Amino acid sequence: MAINLTLIGQGITFFVFVLFTMKFVWPHVNRALAERQRKIAEGLSAAERSSRELELAKKQAEEELRKARLQASEIIEQANKTSADLIERAKLDARAKAERERAAVLAQLEQEINKARSELRKEVVALALAGAAKILEREVDAKAHQEMLERLAAQL
Amino acid sequence: MASGSQSASEIVQHHLQHLTLTFGDGGFWTLHLDTLLFSWLTGLAFLGIFYAAARKATSGVPGMLQNIVEVFVEFADRSVADAFSGKRDFMGPLALTIFIWVLFWNLLDLLPVDWLPTLAAAMGIEYFRIVPSADLNATFGLSISVLLLIIFYGIKGKGAGGYAREWLTHPFGSHWALIPANILMNLVELIAKPVSLGMRLFGNLYAAEIIFILIALLPWWVQWIPGTAWAIFHILVIPLQAFLFMTLTIVYISLAYEKH
Repeated sequence: MAINLTLIGQGITFFVFVLFTMKFVWPHVNRALAERQRKIAEGLSAAERSSRELELAKKQAEEELRKARLQASEIIEQANKTSADLIERAKLDARAKAERERAAVLAQLEQEINKARSELRKEVVALALAGAAKILEREVDAKAHQEMLERLAAQL
Repeated sequence: MASGSQSASEIVQHHLQHLTLTFGDGGFWTLHLDTLLFSWLTGLAFLGIFYAAARKATSGVPGMLQNIVEVFVEFADRSVADAFSGKRDFMGPLALTIFIWVLFWNLLDLLPVDWLPTLAAAMGIEYFRIVPSADLNATFGLSISVLLLIIFYGIKGKGAGGYAREWLTHPFGSHWALIPANILMNLVELIAKPVSLGMRLFGNLYAAEIIFILIALLPWWVQWIPGTAWAIFHILVIPLQAFLFMTLTIVYISLAYEKH
């Protein structure tokens, strides 16, 4: 159990080992560790950032959706109004047209009635003349009694 | 194992002899070849494993080996950072080397005590002890190296003048008449550190080795009961002693380094 030269050999070996560790082991491992730490920190902050962005995008999308919905309802309302207008106008047009056509038909009827009436009148005059001629046994000179005849026809 | 021709104490004695190389007339000029061989083997295993991992160290997903190495590197780094306020360029590797090296030394104690000596005997080597930490030369080689570092860091941290002033004035006061007492006290304090470091590690491992040798003297069919119990207990001692050696080294050096 004597202390001897081994002790010095051990001491030298120890320092050599420590220096080797210091030169070839420690810096590499520590660099890798630090690098990984940095990467993880970056990853975490990136994740946080993107989650915040996602939140923002969600809000934006909601806003857009709300706007779109509003717009759509506006458009529908507009369309409803337009269609009602159109129908209304069409109705009015149709009514006016019908009115016009009715008036035209009525006018024509009036015309025809008048025509028929005046013809009838002429025929009555003719008949009356014929009747009178028969009664008088002679020809009545229509020209001579023009004025009287016309007054008669107007009275009919 | 107990053989008829040798007494138990002879067997134990035999187990506690080193393989030596003597220069001149011996005494101090003797080398324990077995201690040196196994401390080198364990040290090279440590350096080999850690260098292999460090060379391929990636900041991406680490492999199994890198993971283990990182655990130890971070452990040593944190242990130093907890107690030592200076730069860790040297202190970190120092703590790591002490921890792993001593851990590997101690682990050799778990190899069955007769295997390697028997193998060595078959090759004509009579004495062969494989646990460096059960050799005072190894533990004191380490602890005296630590002592040198304590003095070095004392001077580095306080300057040569500051360190000398601490020697002259430190525990009792700065009166000139107290200088001898101060020096004596500091000397005792300084010497106590490597002695306690070296003796603690040596004592634990030496005692454990003797217990294993004694267990090996029992009949073969009963050895496993105390052997297993002692080995399981010893598994706690092995990393604990390595950890203590590392931590105390850090604490001593940081005490010497920091200004009061």
